Amino acid sequence: MKDGLRIPLMLTPALGLVVLLFGGGLLVGFGQSLGYFPAIGLHDFTLRYYFSVFTDKNFLQSLWLTFRIAAVTTVLSSVLAVGFTLVLRQKFAGSRVATFLFQVPLPVPHLVAASGIVLLVTQSGLIARFLAALGLINVPADFPALVFDRAGISIVLTFLWKEVPFIGLVVLAILQSVGPQYEELARTLGANARQRFFSVLLPLIMPGILSTSIIIFAFTFGNYEIPLLLGVRFPATLPVVAYRQYQDPDLALRPEAMAISIILAVVAVLLLVAYRRLARYAVR
Amino acid sequence: MTLDTKSPEAPPAEPQSYVDPAEAPSMATRWVRRLTVASIALIVVLPMGTLVVWSFAFRWNFPNLLPTEWGMRAWTYVANDSSRVLEGLWNSSKVGALVTIMSIAVGLPASRALGQHEFRGKSLVEWLLLMPIIVPTLVATMGIHQIFIRLRLTETLFGVALVHLIPAIPYFVLVMASVFANYGTALEETARTLGASKLRVFRHVTLPAISSGLLVASMFTFLISWGQYVTTLLIGGGTFITLPLVLFPFLSGGNHATAAAISLVFIAPAVAVLVMTSRQLSRESTVMGGFGKL
Repeated sequence: MKDGLRIPLMLTPALGLVVLLFGGGLLVGFGQSLGYFPAIGLHDFTLRYYFSVFTDKNFLQSLWLTFRIAAVTTVLSSVLAVGFTLVLRQKFAGSRVATFLFQVPLPVPHLVAASGIVLLVTQSGLIARFLAALGLINVPADFPALVFDRAGISIVLTFLWKEVPFIGLVVLAILQSVGPQYEELARTLGANARQRFFSVLLPLIMPGILSTSIIIFAFTFGNYEIPLLLGVRFPATLPVVAYRQYQDPDLALRPEAMAISIILAVVAVLLLVAYRRLARYAVR
Repeated sequence: MTLDTKSPEAPPAEPQSYVDPAEAPSMATRWVRRLTVASIALIVVLPMGTLVVWSFAFRWNFPNLLPTEWGMRAWTYVANDSSRVLEGLWNSSKVGALVTIMSIAVGLPASRALGQHEFRGKSLVEWLLLMPIIVPTLVATMGIHQIFIRLRLTETLFGVALVHLIPAIPYFVLVMASVFANYGTALEETARTLGASKLRVFRHVTLPAISSGLLVASMFTFLISWGQYVTTLLIGGGTFITLPLVLFPFLSGGNHATAAAISLVFIAPAVAVLVMTSRQLSRESTVMGGFGKL
């Protein structure tokens, strides 16, 4: 086999599938959002669906909610993950058990995580029962509403439960491949714990935190089932709004549903491009 | 579960230990460690433990800390054909296996090319392959739905598996490219010069070297498919039933006992994955490190 052909041949199956399926799906969706929908007799390209989405006040509210949930999840899970990692990277009595337990949420499906969290934090959940046993509350209504709340607290809690170990394990892996030499060098040069963290450790793990937080942000931004399950009906996150419109028996609503999803996709890409720019700047 | 937090001074540091053995942990450090271990245990075990208790609860009203009546009703229901749990379990397993096999088939060559070779347009290829991680799968799935209706792929196992491939391939490639990048080809070349065929080299040299990474990547892929809800709902048209589709109505319907029992069935492969991969996840840096290279 000629060497010039080898790499393209290795890449073609994966690229082909992604471009055909993912690219094809996006293209059809984009066409529909522009009003090209032959199945219901629409053939003319128009921007009016985008226009009606953007002039809808509810849309902006949903966009803000979606963004806020994703941003809060990303920041909190990165910070918590670094905190846990700082302790877990050391060996001590109990660290093996703790590291094993830390990994447990990783393979647990999001829906199961959500159901576990709900049983803990609803107004009649286990935490509320503990508080009642301690005499701190009397009826479920005394416990703050964390599920089906407008702030989406249980949504964020579910995502945190799943994503903190994900970032944490990536950071642990990086620390392991780097080894302790740099920190020890800094220590012998007289750097204190604070200096060692900010000038040695953080720059080493920052690229890993940035790439995992991109994954987490994109995932939480586009997730459908968790906000559907744990959120209020209004305002709903954008994926929920888009899917609801898409499933409406009235097919005339579909172009608008597709416009919402295309905007969702474009916003995701724009945010991440901006974030990467910013990140490069911060890392150097 | 016993958490051994009683003897913080005890074990002398092992060779690969990160902490300087000469420096005994301070009182503050010890308390931070105890607190960390305790909070991890609590945060992880409490929700999952509550699921187990709920699945055996017959009556459990506020403010009781434990069920006042226990029972197997939820589990009997799960085992019953009318609940469609077993059908969902079977379908989820089939789709997951198909997605994993297809991911390996198309992802292994691609990740090798990305992990071991430099070529023109490499960053473009990386961007294309990783795009599905960034753009919500739901968006592409809605468009695909239209195509699949025409191709008669909706409501089929194959159609659902194809859609699950979209989020699966990027993760598989991300992990395996990192595994290949950390794997030297010197042994392969030696085997080749000694006259081994390409197939033999792959079976006896390459495969053993990448096997633990491949195991973790395959399990990730399987679990991505296993956890899919909305893409299955859309392409499966509600007639192709997987476990998340069975579980969802119970979660939103507030039937705690049944939801908990189905959740535990849904966790089964996760337990298997943990048992098989926990060493690789925390000890072998290349596998998880792959996610740090986006």
